[in-house]
Amino acid sequence: MELLSNLGLGFATALTFTNIFYCFIGVLLGTLIGVLPGIGPLATIAMLLPITYKMTDPTTALIMLAGIYYGAQYGGSTTAILVNLPGEISSVVTTLDGYQMARNGRPGPALAIAAIGSFFAGTVATLLIAGFAPPLAEVAFKFGPAEYFSLMVLGLIAAVVLAHGSILKALAMVVLGLLTGMVGTDVNSGVARFSFDIPELTDGIELAAVAMGIFGFGEIIANLEMRENREVFTKKVGRLLPSMAEFKASIAPILRGTALGSFLGILPGGGAVLSSFTSYAIEKKISKTPERFGKGAIEGVAGPEAANNAGSQTSFIPMLTLGIPTNAVMALMVAGMMIHNIQPGPQVMTSNPELFWGLIASMWVGNLILVILNLPLIGLWIRLLTVPYRILYPAILLFCCVGAYSINNNVFDVFVTIPFAILGYAFRKLDCEPAPLLLGLVLGKLMEEYLRRAMTISRGDWSVFVTRPLSATLLAIAAVLLVIVFMPAIAKKRDEAFAEEET
Amino acid sequence: MRIRNHRDFWSGIMFLVLGVLFVIFSQAYQLGTAARMGPGFFPTMLGALMALLGLAIAWRSTAPGNREERVEKVSWRELFLILFAVGVFAIALPWLGSVIAITLLIAISATASHEFGWKETLISIVVLLVMSELVFVKGLELQFPVWPKFLVQ
Repeated sequence: MELLSNLGLGFATALTFTNIFYCFIGVLLGTLIGVLPGIGPLATIAMLLPITYKMTDPTTALIMLAGIYYGAQYGGSTTAILVNLPGEISSVVTTLDGYQMARNGRPGPALAIAAIGSFFAGTVATLLIAGFAPPLAEVAFKFGPAEYFSLMVLGLIAAVVLAHGSILKALAMVVLGLLTGMVGTDVNSGVARFSFDIPELTDGIELAAVAMGIFGFGEIIANLEMRENREVFTKKVGRLLPSMAEFKASIAPILRGTALGSFLGILPGGGAVLSSFTSYAIEKKISKTPERFGKGAIEGVAGPEAANNAGSQTSFIPMLTLGIPTNAVMALMVAGMMIHNIQPGPQVMTSNPELFWGLIASMWVGNLILVILNLPLIGLWIRLLTVPYRILYPAILLFCCVGAYSINNNVFDVFVTIPFAILGYAFRKLDCEPAPLLLGLVLGKLMEEYLRRAMTISRGDWSVFVTRPLSATLLAIAAVLLVIVFMPAIAKKRDEAFAEEET
Repeated sequence: MRIRNHRDFWSGIMFLVLGVLFVIFSQAYQLGTAARMGPGFFPTMLGALMALLGLAIAWRSTAPGNREERVEKVSWRELFLILFAVGVFAIALPWLGSVIAITLLIAISATASHEFGWKETLISIVVLLVMSELVFVKGLELQFPVWPKFLVQ
């Protein structure tokens, strides 16, 4: 039972005092920012990324960063249920039935089912990662540079196809990200590209600074112009325990949500958001009483909540085994590993087994902490929600600025955030989804490197990408995906599916 | 031909211009051959690809049947105040120290809200100053000057 001994090693790593402590800090922070609308896990992880330079053990750093990500999914649902505002995008659908349950006088059971569903999904997803990651990494060892290049092409295209919005625009955003990744010294020739004689730019543009500018600052400006006044549902939450009937009605949706989320999470571009939307649509479709949805159906809370947590966790699989980030948060996790000189990829499992298995085990520990933390502390989170945005955003700004500064102990990275904030704001106005840009940015130099190596080995013959069977298969899948989304019939269906989500 | 979706049209133009710029700047670097790629090869390829994508996006925005969409109004005031605050912080931090830099950052950025009030802002400056002393300086031991250079020396 290799799996058991691996998990044993994982828990031995995750259950040290330091790691439990940082896991706790991570999920606490995650819940905090999840509860607060207007600040997401992306900006938070970007803020804290520089601080992890200081941690001597990369395992501890990753455990904390991962905790922020899945902790935010938990916190997001609390806000969705109590305030009818999604704390995170992944909890948009929870507002539909969760808030109605709260209005019907059952906020407690809605919160409890969300937590139970998430915990169950988290447990299953943890086991799935432990089971699926090693064989996948095995495959990855057979990859040469041509296969890696094709895999990245597939990863980026799939991320674009499954994300919502215009595909052409998302593709252009990926390319813009790849190009931004080109800034800095070229490893092969030593030439400083696009650095315009600015010494700091020869090291490249920091991913964290880009993320803070686009997501942190861009979001603040967009929130300010909306000028909304938040209303908080401050009534007492009361009894948390769901009734027997509610519990029974939730079991099947939780199981389905977990399965769906686990599957969608592995796909590029999937993860928490797509999982929760799809789960809601399925629960509504197969329900005998679909008219109850939107009026406080507990199935509409249980399914999506399980799905988004499962999805957020299984999205770690491609990152950990292939080194390919499938969403923007994973791109930041890759950056977190690279800070500590760990190149994400199949070799991580053998070269840093305690990091790999420790991170996986910590997710289960983190989920347990979340259940313990969230249900009793719910009153505290509600109080937090009453803090007005006008007090909150200068504090977020401060954390971002100090975070950017501490990347290199240099104000240059603070300045870098400014043009990217302008770009981020422009993207919003022009309806361009910014997440693909981060994926491109983190993969840019790697992709170029693999392309160069593959072409050097083939002596300049481009056909190497289609004559090697593995590489050809990967590219064929990418091509099929592109053809499918551009077929008029499918394109229309896709638009409809996403339009449904937005209403 | 008429532009229907303005948001698509302008984003297409943005990608087109950026793509062309990247191609132009890449010409300063050696292109190399396919077997031995120089530093200019991949960026030139990508820049051209982005320009083409931009062109396609702009072209499609004129297609009949496209939904009519305008670019929303830009909130220059909020945009300027927030980024001005960040810029002032970055300039002030190295020689005026964190206390003054943070005070300026909070004070300037707070005025961007439509519910701005001086009293509240003063309180949050004090709270955030105490917190940053505890978290950033004591807790995380970040390296930055706390007081202005000329006072310390």
